Amino acid sequence: MENTIVKAENYNSYFGDNHVVKDVNISIHKNEVIAVMGPSGCGKTTFLRGINRMHELIPGATSKGKILLDGENVYDMNAIYVRAKIGMVFQRPNPFPNLSIYENVVAGYLLNGIKLSKADKDAIVEKSLTSAALWKEVKDSLHKKGTFLSGGQQQRLCIARAIAMQPELILFDEPTSALDPISTSSVEALFHELKANYTLIIVTHNMQQAARVSDRTAFFYMGELVEFDDTKQMFTAPRDQRTQNYITGRFS
Amino acid sequence: MTPLENEITALKKELISMWILVQSQLNKAKEAMIQFDKDLAREVLIKEKRVNSFELKIDRDCENIFALHCPVAIDLRFLLAALKINTNLERTGDIAASIALYVVESPVNFDADILEKTSLIRMYDEAVNILMDTRTAFEKEDTVLARSIFKRDDVLDAINDSAPISIAEAIKADIKTLPEALYVLSIIRKLERVGDQSKNIAEEIIFYVEAKILKHFESGKKGKSEA
Ligand SMILES: Nc1ncnc2c1ncn2[C@@H]1O[C@H](COP(=O)(O)OP(=O)(O)OP(=O)(O)O)[C@@H](O)[C@H]1O
Ligand SMILES: [Mg+2]
Repeated sequence: MENTIVKAENYNSYFGDNHVVKDVNISIHKNEVIAVMGPSGCGKTTFLRGINRMHELIPGATSKGKILLDGENVYDMNAIYVRAKIGMVFQRPNPFPNLSIYENVVAGYLLNGIKLSKADKDAIVEKSLTSAALWKEVKDSLHKKGTFLSGGQQQRLCIARAIAMQPELILFDEPTSALDPISTSSVEALFHELKANYTLIIVTHNMQQAARVSDRTAFFYMGELVEFDDTKQMFTAPRDQRTQNYITGRFS
Repeated sequence: MTPLENEITALKKELISMWILVQSQLNKAKEAMIQFDKDLAREVLIKEKRVNSFELKIDRDCENIFALHCPVAIDLRFLLAALKINTNLERTGDIAASIALYVVESPVNFDADILEKTSLIRMYDEAVNILMDTRTAFEKEDTVLARSIFKRDDVLDAINDSAPISIAEAIKADIKTLPEALYVLSIIRKLERVGDQSKNIAEEIIFYVEAKILKHFESGKKGKSEA
């Protein structure tokens, strides 16, 4: 498919001998929002961290197979570059506590030793915070610490930090599980806006969230990608019994 | 069982009770028609209120389940089907009531000869049987039985289609039968609608059950992840 942005080919992950992600094949299109669901321990996080080569940072963790980003295997690329091109947002908002909102947004550049002019930084900060739907709320307190923000705002700050690196793809690992419903909605609304410019892969345990925000849903079970389909199809008539049992809460 | 499964089981029971009530309404209206028993017909009219409140109750229960349990997949399809089946049953109940009302209104009793010539009783029996069989299809989630309803409805349609001719003949033979002949024609028209309602219900049963036929566990194993 010509607009495929990321593609896993027979991708496997291991922790030592423990085979956690098994022969996953999946193609994700540009500007799609993909939800990833599945029971705890089925390998969602591990799979996600394989996409941007964070998995290999864990001692004993290995992988096999390919992750193609725009047709090129990320395992043949510079890992730092890969992590910049594929942003990641975690479960708990994790702004750098000692940095201001402003510094947090450009932290990726600082950490990678990339020097920017003040004007460039200003532009990146405004653009990223705007994209993360946070600019209006924080434009007058850019030099306050990021930790002063509410949970939902902090999470949007982390999203701005990922966006600042101009990624092609953003990975979210249970991005709203620590947020209240209002903050959750604001982050979900943001997904909707981000979709215009980015491709999003969102791991979520919140079934309704998957249904609300995603175009397609991937269901993992015991390390396997069991079903990958249009979200509407998945929630009205899933094709695999295991998917149905899981989403209807009948998993035993 | 999960709380949602309990709710769905209870809802299914309610629908079946409603079904039985509607069926009994149709049967009583039929008896009233044959015996020209106006008291029995009035009973049907009074019980119609029961059918209506049943419908409201089931509607409300569905709403609550949607709001509280956010059903998906088979559960979602079941609830959508339940809402429509509920409406179709309520309408079938309306039909029983309007037949009973004809009995109450008609100044003369229905001539056995006209009932015979128009095949009205045969049609009535078949309509009730169809309703009963859709209920069985619903209870057993039997889509083969549900599919058979479409064909069976053809019988009702055929009788309905030939009704004007047999009615006209009866009137020609004896003009005095005109008022009752018109009542009989109206009843036939109503019974044709019972078939339509059952057909709608059969479609709902197929909709909710059939997407449930899922790929088997084993076939999910290899290389199917590519979409
Ligand atoms: N750092 C680690 N070292 C060793 N094994 C790990 C490590 N992290 C995860 N695992 C194992 O890998 C498997 C998959 O874990 P993973 O975190 O990917 O699951 P998950 O689907 O994200 O679960 P959850 O929904 O609970 O976040 C689990 O069996 C887990 O025990
Ligand atoms: Mg995880």
